[in-house]
Amino acid sequence: MDARDALMVGTDSTGKPVRRPLSPHLQVYRPQITSVLSITHRATGVALAVGAGLLVSWLLAIAEGPAAFAEAQAFFASALGRLMLFGWTLALFYHFCNGIRHLVWDAGYGFDLATAARSGWLTVGAAIALTLAAWVLGYAALLG
Amino acid sequence: MAKFTLPANSRIREGKRFPAPPGARRVKEFRVYRWNPDAPENPRYDTYAIDLDACGPMVLDALIKIKNEVDPTLTFRRSCREGICGSCAMNIDGTNTLACLKPIEEVKGAVRITPLPHMPVVKDLVPDLSQAYAQLRSIEPWLKADTPPPPDSERLQSKEERAKLDGLWECILCFCCSTSCPSYWWNGDRFLGPAILLQAYRWVADSRDEATGERLDALEDPFKLYRCHTIMNCTKTCPKGLNPAKAIAELKKLMVERRG
Repeated sequence: MDARDALMVGTDSTGKPVRRPLSPHLQVYRPQITSVLSITHRATGVALAVGAGLLVSWLLAIAEGPAAFAEAQAFFASALGRLMLFGWTLALFYHFCNGIRHLVWDAGYGFDLATAARSGWLTVGAAIALTLAAWVLGYAALLG
Repeated sequence: MAKFTLPANSRIREGKRFPAPPGARRVKEFRVYRWNPDAPENPRYDTYAIDLDACGPMVLDALIKIKNEVDPTLTFRRSCREGICGSCAMNIDGTNTLACLKPIEEVKGAVRITPLPHMPVVKDLVPDLSQAYAQLRSIEPWLKADTPPPPDSERLQSKEERAKLDGLWECILCFCCSTSCPSYWWNGDRFLGPAILLQAYRWVADSRDEATGERLDALEDPFKLYRCHTIMNCTKTCPKGLNPAKAIAELKKLMVERRG
């Protein structure tokens, strides 16, 4: 129940009550860099929570014993497992960088449109660069 | 609760087509949202083909031309036609703006025009703004001071104090910003929205106003202020080039600072 529901009833020209339509919103509003990065921040936050569950399942597998651990390792090393981990690290770095962007905003800086767009692209670039760096370092460590 | 789809009675259908007059050379199509309370069917898009050689440069010029010459049933608000009254706020080509300030030329292809988003529709392009006006009343948008003014002069401000109101006093309350804000779409019953919060900050920032504490107390609420997640649609869409997102950030800062 929403206080606005009362406004959804109007009258016709004879005074008879009529159910009013709600004007279109998401259906017509043009996506822009600021709003797209904002919803991405929320989506990556959700993805991180799910990913944290996966991380815990890996820890549980360690506690469970060598057989369970081997199984978990096999899953995370599979193509699907690696893809998920890659997505998770990308989400992590994006959420981290954009979190810093939010911190700067909360301090009162970076609100003019040009700066907000620039900091947005910087966030995207930094997230991709950090993710690639993490995977390059990871594989370098793995391969010796 | 956030509902991302339109209710069944609000889904938009294809409506009538009004062809361009014979001999028109520079034809532009306008797809305009229509809904009539006296024929309460679903809303529809009517398409009007207009000869730009016989039309003024702004979207409002086209709407007025349609109403005068093509279809007198088309309903919209307008008054000053120069961006100072805020009446002709609507969604044009996917962003909110004033029809009188939006050049037709800026829109590629057909010009889609819908009412301000996520609002109850009174008729065609006219949304019901009662909720937004009630929210404006709730922040008590007037100067409050216990100290009486000097007997022989106005309440004076220094140039620096006056400068703090720049970017705030220019707001014409067209509600382009509030109705562009997804937080206002989903929680507009309790979240005040960018237009009202900018107004709230306008009084907080005024050196002559003595009710800052009281005003901030009134905003100390999980919804009224803090549903702002810095999405920045408000600043992006403001036809007057103001920055509601920045005003809201200043309010949030004051909230923290006064805790000490």
